[in-house]
Formats: sequence, structure tokens, C-alpha cells
Amino acid sequence: MAQTPRSIATTESRPVRWALTTLALLFIALFLLLPLVSVFTEALRKGFGLYFEALKEPDAWSAIKLTLIAALIAVPLNLSFGLAAAWAIAKFDFKGKSILITLIDLPFSVSPVVAGLIYMLMFGTQGWIGPWLNDHDIKIVFAIPGIVLATVFVTVPFVARELIPLMEAQGSEEEQAALSLGASGWQTFYRVTLPNIKWGLLYGVILANARAMGEFGAVSVVSGHIRGQTNTIPLHVEILYNEYNFVGAFACASILALLALVTLGVKSWVEWRTEQLAARDRANAVDG
Amino acid sequence: MSIEIRNIAKRFGNFTALDHINLEVKTGELLALLGPSGCGKTTLLRIIAGLEAPDDGQILFHGEDTTEKHVRERNVGFVFQHYALFRHMTVFENVAFGLRVRPKETRPSDAEIKRKVHELLNLVQLDWLADRYPAQLSGGQRQRIALARALAVEPKVLLLDEPFGALDTKVRKELRRWLRRLHDEMHITSVFVTHDQEEALEVADRVVVMNKGKIEQLGSPSDVYDKPATPFVYQFLGDVNLFQSRVHEGWAHVGDARFAAPQGQTDQAVVYVRPHEIDVSREGGAGALSGVISHVRLLGATVRLEVDVAGQDAVEVELTRERYLQGDWKVAETVYLLPREARVYVPSAAEWTDGGGI
Repeated sequence: MAQTPRSIATTESRPVRWALTTLALLFIALFLLLPLVSVFTEALRKGFGLYFEALKEPDAWSAIKLTLIAALIAVPLNLSFGLAAAWAIAKFDFKGKSILITLIDLPFSVSPVVAGLIYMLMFGTQGWIGPWLNDHDIKIVFAIPGIVLATVFVTVPFVARELIPLMEAQGSEEEQAALSLGASGWQTFYRVTLPNIKWGLLYGVILANARAMGEFGAVSVVSGHIRGQTNTIPLHVEILYNEYNFVGAFACASILALLALVTLGVKSWVEWRTEQLAARDRANAVDG
Repeated sequence: MSIEIRNIAKRFGNFTALDHINLEVKTGELLALLGPSGCGKTTLLRIIAGLEAPDDGQILFHGEDTTEKHVRERNVGFVFQHYALFRHMTVFENVAFGLRVRPKETRPSDAEIKRKVHELLNLVQLDWLADRYPAQLSGGQRQRIALARALAVEPKVLLLDEPFGALDTKVRKELRRWLRRLHDEMHITSVFVTHDQEEALEVADRVVVMNKGKIEQLGSPSDVYDKPATPFVYQFLGDVNLFQSRVHEGWAHVGDARFAAPQGQTDQAVVYVRPHEIDVSREGGAGALSGVISHVRLLGATVRLEVDVAGQDAVEVELTRERYLQGDWKVAETVYLLPREARVYVPSAAEWTDGGGI
């Protein structure tokens, strides 16, 4: 963070500071903390036994597995795409660069439901290539491939968005130096570029993973909600809740909430670690 | 190893960075590319290195065409203005990089790498910093490490892009002397880019003065300073006063003063006089310009007088502190200026001449 000393010009009087801080804390407690706590209390309302029973139930277990599969495919795809896109955008100048940047942001700006509908329009039975897929007995929508596709779509921006500013700030002089010293393209990437962006990359992957596991809208459209087959955790939570199975719904929801907590924990650790490295550099830097 | 630059041209959109440059860098010399920013000097250096591709022309290393060769095959050492050290590697690993990335057959053993790196770190007198990270070093130290890293691959050519540009005055003076000594020991063909005329004149064997993508003059430091080929070189190397004048019967007239002028089609001429080549006196004489002192600036060892001369821009006169104290010059005093040396430029004439004093 910035090392600028605090100036009296930007410091408010004590009552104002107290009031603002209290307001912010109250808001956080009411809208963030309370719901989180309620997820766990609801899930454990009838004891640990029923809680684990709800998770072991075959449909719930299959939803957990499907969520993991979707994330396991979407996150590495996103990682390689994000890396390639950020590399291209930050280190080279080419025509259509701004279009590519805008396209990467598309999943952020479009509603996930619309994204799901696009896949229905393409691969659904009434869709453009739906009949052809049907003839060849290939199932995309209402099956795992559709869910994976939708998940990949909504997670596209995360890694690229994280890396582009970082790589642009670092420039390409270190890479040029590596090449002039005789390194190959791969050696330059592996030994110079990657170590410089590894924390940003990890941060992007964490965020992409959280989104991949928690995605509801896009997946909901293409899944078809077939119990035990095409339900991810968020979809399964909705079904259970609609069936008044509150313990089951909150038990599954608690897994997502736990994931969120773990994600936040890892994210804070990454941030802390990056800050530590920066602080070490600053502390040891000698001017002149 | 000699470098031949043949007819090199480069454009960036509508901007002509290099306009068909021809130049030869001799084996073992230290050549400076000197010019204002935007003159194309860095682009030329990057084209020699292979970091940039020319639109037209050829680069020959030792007579062999290398225009199409990739930077990694050219065996050049490149030193960047902002060092470009690998920030996540220690100083030792930075210097070792060029050796470690070699293919297995030619890669030295770990012991050999270690010996070599320490030898280079000793050469740049920074062996004690081997375990530090670049962020922990001062600017001058970083640039010396960058140089050691470039030398580790035993380059045939050393290219330096404004190597001392980001350093403060005292450090850059030290470092440029150190670079000159290093070059005298190693005799590696070197080209360095600078916008600092003092640096170019002090360090280089030969200086190339560039402007707007063209070479204005190529010569030894004393050549370019004492015998500037064009008005641009004259103005770029040091301060200069300009007098607008008219040519009449072979003489350029400025007030009562006159200077021998070359033959041209127009009677317009510009007379250039360096501030330290003007004498000041209280008595007028033949060919003296009268004016009024408007400012006196004390600049340490020298003193500058600004003199308003009728019909001309303010004239700067540089005196030693001693002579200033002897003369005891005051603001608003009327004085007479006698140029000891002058050069006359007639735009339409092929050559420009030494106008002599008075």
C-alpha cells in the first residue's frame, strides 16, 4: 500500500470517524455476517448427524462431484486462456487489441442467464446445430458438457483481468533482456515472465474457482435440473429449498459458504504475501 | 568485430525514426550515438541488437548479413536504461542467467558458472552483493550488475541504451569514467546511446551526432566540437548565441561587427558565437556590439551576463569568476561585446565558413 504519511487535510474529526466506522461495521454485520452465520446455524439446527446425512445423500453427493468436475475443467482452461490473452495484450501491439479486451469483459457485462440461453440457442434441440448433434447422439445441453461450457464462459475474465494490468506495469524489458542473453521463448516465459506474475496468477485462479463453483444462472439454463445427473451444488440447494428440505438445502449451502471462507482466507494470504515481498524490497532499497 | 549499417530505414506510422542510415562501427571502438530525444538513436541501437526490425536496409556483423537473425543468435550484450534486471532473482542468478539458459551441450558446469559469475562480479566490484535482490541495490549498482550480466555471455558487441540516463549527476560521472576504463581493458566493440553531449565527448572514441533520423556528423569528440559540420551540431554541442545578419560583399554584418561569409544565393545569414568566446569591455572599438547588461548569473566557477543588443535576441556571455570580479560588471551598464570566434551560416550555401573574430 501507499506509504504516504497521513495528512491532517484528509483526516476527519473524531466523532465523524467513529460515526462512519460504526455505520460501515453495522452494515457489514447486517448484510454479510448475519446471513453467513444463519447458513451454518440452519444447517446444524438438527445436529451434526442429520447434517452429514444430508451431505452423504446420493443426489447431494453427485451435485458435489459435478461441481468439482466443472471447476476442474473450467479453471485450468481459464488459466491457460487468461495467461495467453494477458500475454498477448500486455506485451504486443496488434490490430483489434481493444476489441479483444472488450470481449474478455463480456461475461462480466452480460447476465449469466443470457449466456446460458446462448448455449441453448446453439446446442439445444431447436438450436442451430442441435439436430445435427442429436443425429450423432452427442449431448451438450442438459448434460455435463453444457454445464462445463457455461462455467467456462462465466469465468473467462478472471485470470486475464488480474494479469493484464500487472503485466502492462512490468513491461517487456526483462523479457528482451532474457532473449538478448540467448534464452529461448519458452525459457523466457518459464524463468522470467511466470515468476514475476505468479501471485497475480494465483489470485486470478482463486477468484475464477470461486465463481466456477458458485455459478447459478448460466448453469441453471443449460442443466435441465436432472437430479443426480446434471445438478451442481447451487442448483441442488435451490431444489431442496423448494421442497422444504431446509436442513439439506442449508447443508449444501454451507459447503459453498465454506468454500467462500477458504477462498477469502487464501486470497488474504496471497495479498499479505505479495505485500510482504514488496515491503521487503522497499525496506532494503537503497537510494542513489 | 565490426558492425556495418547499410541504408537502414524505420518508420513508426507517419513518424520517420531512421531515414536511410549508413554507418560503420570499427572493431574494438567505443562509439556514441548522440542526439536529442526522438532523433532515432535508440531505434538504431535496437535494430543493431535485433530487438527491432528495420523496414529497409541491412546490418552486417563482421561482413556477415545478420539482418534476419534473431536477437538470441546475434551474441550481443544489451544494457537497458532502466537496467531490466530480473527482479525475482538474486544478483548472482541474474549474472548466471545467460549461462544457465544455454543448451545442455554448451552449458558450463555449476562450478564453472560459479567461478565465472564471481569473476564478473569482481570485475564490476560488486562481488559482496551476490545474494541481494535487484530492489535492494542503488541505481549505479544495478547498472553495473546489468553490465556484468551482459558480459557473462561473452558478447562480440556491447550495446548500451542511455546506460546512465536514470542516475544522478555524480554517479553518472563516476560510472562513465569506469565504463571507459573497462572498455580500455576489454576492447569489446561497443555502441552507446546518449543525449548528454558531455558524456559522449568524454567517453567515446568517435561520436555520431543524429537529428531527425539522420546522421548530422560523424567524427572524433574534438572534431564534432571544434569543427561542427552543421548548425545543428554546433547548437547541440554546447550553448550558442545566434545573430541574424545580412551578407554584403562577402561579409555578414551584425550591427557594427562583420564576419567573413560564404557565397550563397541569399543575403540572409546566421552568425553563431559561443558564450565563452565573447570578450566584454567598457570601450567601444571597431566591430564591437554595444548592449546593456540585463542579468548577471553566478554559476559557481563561471558567471553569465545577459546582454540586450538592439535588433537581436538577448546575448549570453560567459566569463570566468576572476574576470567577472576584475571587470566588476553591473546590471544596466552599457558594454561592448567582441566575439573572438564566430561561425557564419548562409542557408543556401553548400558550406558554412569560419567567420573569424571581428
